[in-house]
Amino acid sequence: MTTIYINNQQVEVPEGSSILEAAQQIGVKIPTLCHLIGHEAQGACRVCVVEVEGAKNLVASCATPVAEGMKVTTNTKLVRQARKFVVEMLLSEHDGDCKVCVRNEDCELKQLAYELGITDLRFEGEKTHRFIDDSTPALVRDSGKCIKCRRCVTVCCEVQGVGSLFPQKRGFQSTISPAFNEDLSHVICVQCGQCSAVCPVGAIVEKDHISAVWKALDDKSKHVIVQTAPAIRAALGECFGYEPGTLVTGKMVTSLRELGFDAVFDTNFAADLTIIEEGMELLTRLKTILVDKKEAALPQFTSCSPGWINFVEAFYPEMIDNLSTCKSPQQMFGALAKTYYANKIGKKPEEIIVVSVMPCTAKKFEAQRPEMTQNGIADVDYVLTTRELGKMIKQAGIIFRDLPDGIMDNPMGVSSGAADIFANTGGVMEAAIRTVYELVTGRELPTEHLHLEPLMGLEGVKIATLKLTDTLAEWKFLEGVEVKVGVAHSLINARKLIERVQKGEVFHFIEVMTCPGGCIGGGGQPRFTDDSVRLKRISAIYKEDEGKKLRKSHENLQIKQLYDEFLGKPLGEMAHHLLHTHYHSRN
Amino acid sequence: MINENSHTQYDVETDEELMNHLNNIIQECKNKPGMLIPILQQTQKLYGYLPEFAIRKISTELQIPFSEVAGIIGFYSFFSTKAKGKNVIRVCQGTACYVRGGKDLLSAFKNVLKVGVGETTKDKKFSLEVSRCFGACGLAPVITINDEVIQRVKSSSVAEIVKSVED
Ligand code: SF4
Ligand code: SF4
Ligand code: SF4
Ligand code: FES
Repeated sequence: MTTIYINNQQVEVPEGSSILEAAQQIGVKIPTLCHLIGHEAQGACRVCVVEVEGAKNLVASCATPVAEGMKVTTNTKLVRQARKFVVEMLLSEHDGDCKVCVRNEDCELKQLAYELGITDLRFEGEKTHRFIDDSTPALVRDSGKCIKCRRCVTVCCEVQGVGSLFPQKRGFQSTISPAFNEDLSHVICVQCGQCSAVCPVGAIVEKDHISAVWKALDDKSKHVIVQTAPAIRAALGECFGYEPGTLVTGKMVTSLRELGFDAVFDTNFAADLTIIEEGMELLTRLKTILVDKKEAALPQFTSCSPGWINFVEAFYPEMIDNLSTCKSPQQMFGALAKTYYANKIGKKPEEIIVVSVMPCTAKKFEAQRPEMTQNGIADVDYVLTTRELGKMIKQAGIIFRDLPDGIMDNPMGVSSGAADIFANTGGVMEAAIRTVYELVTGRELPTEHLHLEPLMGLEGVKIATLKLTDTLAEWKFLEGVEVKVGVAHSLINARKLIERVQKGEVFHFIEVMTCPGGCIGGGGQPRFTDDSVRLKRISAIYKEDEGKKLRKSHENLQIKQLYDEFLGKPLGEMAHHLLHTHYHSRN
Repeated sequence: MINENSHTQYDVETDEELMNHLNNIIQECKNKPGMLIPILQQTQKLYGYLPEFAIRKISTELQIPFSEVAGIIGFYSFFSTKAKGKNVIRVCQGTACYVRGGKDLLSAFKNVLKVGVGETTKDKKFSLEVSRCFGACGLAPVITINDEVIQRVKSSSVAEIVKSVED
């Protein structure tokens, strides 16, 4: 341990900690722009400077390790002036207008200018070259607003292992861009939006679907319905000042009704359906191998996370067959809304508009995939991020905090706790095992609260094994089989897990979520998401699950009704046609 | 319509012999650390510049993101991603050459070749570049054609010089 003094206050931190970390430990605030907690300091922006007794110059606190007895001051005239100068220089190059900027609400640069007392622009510099890149379905880049902090580079390379963005050229001409300053569509980008989640300014944001949704809601000839992903209910409250991890399911439903949606449904319903289809698919693959002695791709990979699908298509095309053929819950919902539900209410598919609220930008990409249509009609028409929904509620003048609780509509509004946990890393796997185990053995999963402890939490790669014993007659071929499952979240961890598979380690089922923490940490969630926020949202989701009577997908009666009335049997012809798809190499 | 540039790129991309060379360059260095820059240098020597398909191939084989490789290429001025002409003319724009007619000389080359700095003539015979001081300031202004240094060049003789190289 090392002891240092910050503003005369003594603090003890592990050796090698930065001054910034020491300050955070005792609640002394130091502003940062380029730094991302948990990643190596860039030391690029210098807004975090502090004075260290005996040092010639001010030092960047994020990049300076503590030394025994060090005396640090964070609030001197020199420090204030230096920070102010840094931000003034950034503003002098900045080509943006806060009044009409999408990041107006939560821009860190704007907030910092305010906190540092900058009330006029002393320097008018040459502006950063501005171009708008809206070449991809999910994201818009505005180079004029980029402050070159490189947070997006860190996330894209180190968290996602994709590397779409990197500093190009040098000096004043340098930009943070895809290769050779080309559009994002020119390089591999999985559309996860983690870059947009960490960007301090409005230089990378999700593509706006708000205007299109307002237009649809105003069109009286359309029946406009909405589905909300499991992860929204644990994060939407943050847009209205609630603590991270506050569940706002009921208020969310009421606010959607007040926005004018004709029906409010739950993506969770489709998540339960996914478990039935994906679980049966796994059992079928096992049977093909063990009983029919034929080939089938194992391990089966989950397919709920569209960034992960893009990742496999781009980097591991040879493993596409391992992906479950199940569409994601969002797309299953859309396909059913325009068939099953349309029949029920006597509308044509083209009269129905399906809007999704997702924690994710890649869902915008997924919704426009040609595979996700029937007879030329998209399963899902528009996708709002959690942040976008928050904005729409504000635009409508709805006082979110005062809303009464509402409940979802039928017949696609009931869901089990197993569906809720789709939002968490490890959740899809746990939900699947709750069902598969019971199906095969006739007994409930014998774990505390039906949870699979080794698959919970923020460890990057998680593994569990489960032995199947006393199996029912139909599943005797699984007697004694030790099922091994793996879970990874954030794509750099997915890479690690895939490499283990490619080296020959045997797994039966693997869950991958593109974003750190799973959907609760999605690229479209309220900012700023760090591990402490992730953990709070995760425990809120488990609470939602544990608070329900209905905990297992196969016990959802609305799902049973769906099969009885419409789909026939799991993996049947109708299910195959509406709920399954195939993916293709993008190499 | 295929524009001229993509047409030439198409040609080099399908050249099997060059591709074999490129594969050798990559395979030889692939697993040694810090080999990206040497690989790029050798590739540039092979093609005369760094064609996009080669950069993408290097990026895939070395498992370094395409954008990162591009960023590194853009960082060093000795890499070029544009096809060069058969002959490269460099006009010195160091201080001594610049004040002793180097500026006019450059305009003369631009006029005669009908290209800007960093560009290549349509017939792919010439690329025009500027350079920093060669250290031959006593005999300014200086140009180089390929690796040959020519001193005390007059603007009026530019057309003649170009013609002599062409023949
Ligand atoms: S990015 Fe921030 S500082 Fe720039 S215009 Fe938008 S709100 Fe203002
Ligand atoms: S969306 Fe994801 S993959 Fe694409 S640039 Fe952003 S972080 Fe990288
Ligand atoms: S796009 Fe945003 S995160 Fe990336 S360097 Fe620019 S300001 Fe930073
Ligand atoms: S936050 Fe420390 S240098 Fe940017």
